[in-house]
Amino acid sequence: MQRKGIASLLQYRFLFEELVKRDFKKKYKRTILGMGWSMLSPLLMLLVMKVVFEQFFGRTMNHYTTYLFCGLLTYQWFAESTNSGMRSLFGNATIFSKVNVPKYLFLFSANVQVFINFTLTFCIFLAFCAIDHVAFTWRFFCLIYPILTLLLFNVGVGMVLSALFVFFRDIDYLWSVASLLTMYGSAIFYSTERFSPKLQLIFAFNPVYRHIAYIREIVLAGTVPSLATHLALLGFALVAFLAGAFMYKHYNTKFLYYV
Amino acid sequence: MLECANVSIRYRVGDFKNIGLKEWVMRNLTGKYKVVDFWADREVSFAIEEGDMLGIIGTNGASKSTLLKAISGIMEPTRGRIVRRGKIAALLELASGFDGDLTVKENAYLRGAMLGYTREFMDETYPYIIEFSELKAFEDRPFKQLSSGMKSRLAFAIASLVKPEILILDEVLSVGDGAFRAKSEAKMREIIKGGATTILVSHSIAQVRAMCNKILWLDQGRQIVFTQDVEGACDCYEEYLRNREAGPVYDPVAAKARIEARAAEKARKLAAARKQVEDAKKAEKVREILRQSKAILTSAFTNNKEQTR
Repeated sequence: MQRKGIASLLQYRFLFEELVKRDFKKKYKRTILGMGWSMLSPLLMLLVMKVVFEQFFGRTMNHYTTYLFCGLLTYQWFAESTNSGMRSLFGNATIFSKVNVPKYLFLFSANVQVFINFTLTFCIFLAFCAIDHVAFTWRFFCLIYPILTLLLFNVGVGMVLSALFVFFRDIDYLWSVASLLTMYGSAIFYSTERFSPKLQLIFAFNPVYRHIAYIREIVLAGTVPSLATHLALLGFALVAFLAGAFMYKHYNTKFLYYV
Repeated sequence: MLECANVSIRYRVGDFKNIGLKEWVMRNLTGKYKVVDFWADREVSFAIEEGDMLGIIGTNGASKSTLLKAISGIMEPTRGRIVRRGKIAALLELASGFDGDLTVKENAYLRGAMLGYTREFMDETYPYIIEFSELKAFEDRPFKQLSSGMKSRLAFAIASLVKPEILILDEVLSVGDGAFRAKSEAKMREIIKGGATTILVSHSIAQVRAMCNKILWLDQGRQIVFTQDVEGACDCYEEYLRNREAGPVYDPVAAKARIEARAAEKARKLAAARKQVEDAKKAEKVREILRQSKAILTSAFTNNKEQTR
């Protein structure tokens, strides 16, 4: 089974490359700014949030810009990835209803796209850290871990959403509400320190917040998070990914009836 | 090699399409949610080998396309099993699956990738594809600027030039103008000669007669007949089409019986003709022997005469 999976991955590598290329061309074809815009938009968001919230939340905090950027960077990746992932399966309905190809390729391709964007924004983030006089240590390499788990988590959530989107076309409205809730519930521009322990517990179950907190601990505090945090991130990622994989396997031949 | 054994496919229809989650919940609560399963194909069985070309005929709604989807692996048969050996290239509803924003070349590569080929293979084959489809001048144009005939030509060129082992053609050979059609039929014959297994779905009976050596007749999901007697089945099908216009009187069992009776009649006539020829040959042989013996006798007779003289 395992070997078969790897063989099919190799077999479909060419298709995957072509799909990624297609998504890339389609996204940036008619825009003059192209990729520049995708990098500019989080920066503008950062600027707005900084202007609006610094007066309220930034007074007692050092490195507020970096604090804000940690949250925005992570949340925007999550939001963009799940949003484009959600549409990826239905958007390729004309293909999978006529040709027998693995359906997860469309979602993976969409995620490659978003991940490239994230990487570029991440480079800008590092530059901002340098400007903000954040001390770079070897611990920065630990950031690879939350990036990997969040990637897996995003793919998993994307799989679940894209399957649901084929069945129910109004999922995107519901998801935009859920995304907004996630944004306000992930402590992007405020700090959770003054909340009661009960509320803190709720934050602990928010995967996006946990990833943000991990990154902040490395970047701002310069310490490596606990083993429990590592396990929690991995747990979130695995649960999401397995749920998505189950949806795709179970409904593989049933999507056809709904498009 | 392709074999379908008792393949039945259940299709689901109802008002579940294009409804949202809210609507779905509401309909479930009020009991208005209706989903009907119906059998699109029932107990379809056939087997074809390398070099065969199977023609599938039947009126609209005979579930031909559903069967093709199961064969190409997009759908799974609810019951029965399908055994396929070899790489499948399916051309279902030709121009779909292309991306209007990409260029002709990019689309060709994408389609080739979907059919499971490697980049090296496509690099090698692409010049032939563009030449065969006569689209050299349009290579870098966005796909949506092409006419529907051009789109079909490209789709056909890709699927046929990439040397599939099983080729499924759904109303494909009727694309393009007369010249291209002749070219594509010639290409088709070449593929079949090369040992490919081909399935052709067509509403053109003349085409089926000309190209296929086996035939499967479906009617509303039922298998009327699967036979090698293409002529007989086509005759019956055309008869059925004529009668259907007159009225809904139609009996598939009778059709099958007619095909068999016709085949038997043909075989009988053939045997009779053969017998006649053989009889004629025998008669000719007897005559020949007589002629020879007569010659011998005459020569012996004349010899005898000369001797006595």
